[in-house]
Amino acid sequence: MTELLTAVSIGAGNGSVYALLALGFVIIYKAMAVISFAQPAFMLSGAVLVSYLSPKVGFVAGVVLGTLAIAVVALVVERIAIRPMVGRAVFVIAIITIGVDIVVRVVAGAFVGINPRNIGDPWGLQVITIGGVQVQHRHLAAFLVAGVVVAALFAFFRFTRIGLAMRATALDQEAAMAQGVDVGRVFAVSWALAGGLAAIAGVFASAGNPIDQNLWIIALTALPVIILGGLDSLGGAVIAGLAIGVVEAVVSTYHSTWFPFLETNTGDIAPYLLMLLVLLVRPQGLFGTKEVERV
Amino acid sequence: MSTTTDRPQTEAVPAARPRRRWGRPMLYTSYAQEMALLNTRAKQLGVLAVIAVAAYLPLTLEDDILNLLGTGLVLAVGAIGLNLLIGYAGQVSLGHAFFVGIGAYTAAVLAGDPDGRYLGFGVSEAVVWIPVAGVVAALFGMVVAPLATRLRGLYLAIVTLGLVFIGQYFFAEWRDLSGGPGIGREAAVPVVLGQDLTRDGAYTEEQKLFWLFLAVLVVMALLGRNVARSRVGRAFAAVRDRDIAAGVMGVDLGRYKLIAFTISSFFAGVCGSLLYAASGQFSPEQFGLLLSVQFIAMVLIGGVATISGSIMGALLIAMLPRLASELPSFLPFVSSRPNEHPNVFEVELGLYGALIVAFLLFEPRGLYGIWLRIRTYWKSFPFSY
Repeated sequence: MTELLTAVSIGAGNGSVYALLALGFVIIYKAMAVISFAQPAFMLSGAVLVSYLSPKVGFVAGVVLGTLAIAVVALVVERIAIRPMVGRAVFVIAIITIGVDIVVRVVAGAFVGINPRNIGDPWGLQVITIGGVQVQHRHLAAFLVAGVVVAALFAFFRFTRIGLAMRATALDQEAAMAQGVDVGRVFAVSWALAGGLAAIAGVFASAGNPIDQNLWIIALTALPVIILGGLDSLGGAVIAGLAIGVVEAVVSTYHSTWFPFLETNTGDIAPYLLMLLVLLVRPQGLFGTKEVERV
Repeated sequence: MSTTTDRPQTEAVPAARPRRRWGRPMLYTSYAQEMALLNTRAKQLGVLAVIAVAAYLPLTLEDDILNLLGTGLVLAVGAIGLNLLIGYAGQVSLGHAFFVGIGAYTAAVLAGDPDGRYLGFGVSEAVVWIPVAGVVAALFGMVVAPLATRLRGLYLAIVTLGLVFIGQYFFAEWRDLSGGPGIGREAAVPVVLGQDLTRDGAYTEEQKLFWLFLAVLVVMALLGRNVARSRVGRAFAAVRDRDIAAGVMGVDLGRYKLIAFTISSFFAGVCGSLLYAASGQFSPEQFGLLLSVQFIAMVLIGGVATISGSIMGALLIAMLPRLASELPSFLPFVSSRPNEHPNVFEVELGLYGALIVAFLLFEPRGLYGIWLRIRTYWKSFPFSY
């Protein structure tokens, strides 16, 4: 039982990271109906940037500054590479984001360097014991911060003017334009939000370990998350993120008991298998809107 | 529309076979003429000339460049397959690397030494294992295809991406097959009609492999072109342009998506079976996301829905490492050492991304589009404006 709860605590920590990343994907999808494959690069560059900032200005200020900076980078990328393509086939824009991802990742990777870089987080690998279960500080912190960020995000969509504009654009782009919503600004804000969320996710994904060039691979796990939750559901992204995190951690923990004949840990592919299973039953994901085909 | 009526027509045509008029290259007097494999005299001569030059290249070029170009020719086979799927049938797949891997392992197992460390059946004849690798990959494609009938667009892209990860896991896990991650196993040695092509004889290994790759590419390109211009190709285009409308017109969507995946995987399998013939060794990590993205880059840089474009794109991507390694002599700030930044490896990877973005922004029809412009310029000379 303790083993299971430990696995769940790890899963909730990792799942929070997935949820933050997935929210970025969903925000962009809702605005432009495009999946941005550039999120992994923003995540890596966020972590790298914070690792440079935090020794100078402290960890918390470093994270805030890093998040804002990556949001600005995402804005610039949207302006240069994505905006000229609006109206073209969705697939073409998605491929452009793959290209952007590769370029940004190479640039960010060049700053990782040979010496191990830490983001300077205060948690390290310390644990607290809650009811006999050892919970790592960094997982607890990720869970709490993700909770705050998600709450703030939902409040932003609910109560601000631009949040309303974003919801209107997601519902019907042309009708929103007719009502005077600046759709270009909605695109820009969506990309900035997604970039910022990816940067925060990058910080928590690399907490406790030195930053690795391959950090971006974690971000790909957010893809099964958005499919599982439904591409256009913000709540679905959060729930599916936590669910995939927990499933992955539990499978990793019990791998040797469940699959003694497999040497490599099955935890890594569990998200993808779960995604396939759900898609066979519900092609639109758990909370997504069913696609209506009009002739 | 034409599918129901073209049968009686084609029976009536042979009575008075329409002939091409001399001096009127663009005048077609029948549908069959327009859809012919090489529908103008210039194309007929041009293709023959290109093949002749390509066949002559091994006698003049250095071995290391031949090696690169040969890899490009093999990659072109895979790129044609992906172009049939993405360009013609409109089904976005990020899973091409998986099918290439299936082909590579099938060939390696068939040709492998039965007494060796890894699985092998000792069928060394390439004429046998190249098509079998294609067929096995095609069978896997058939298994995956039903997903495509349920999913569209980006959902399909992400699911096929999952396929790459799951495939990589099983390649790495099945050590008898693959030798395990980081170690790998020997690739299939191409033995054509009893001749081991990797032994230097009257011609070197690189020259013989190049001719083999060229022959395979010509056959596969012909196959791809024929798929594209036939009834199946027209159905693909209809599915791509508007699948609901195609369904209403009587195109069986499920069937044609199945055909698209199967054919594309067949090409991928053939590509995989030969891809590591030159290096002789491959490991499971090679069939990752990067390979899939490289194939997509070939299709997009070459030209969507063109066979010749796929070949051009594949050759460009294959030459990219070489081009990047030449950079330090032109741009002094690019280092050739991996511990300095920016170095050639970063530049190479960055170039993939930059080329994809640049082509999609400025030349959406790819290298084929550039060729089209040059052709139009000279065709309408001196009124080319």
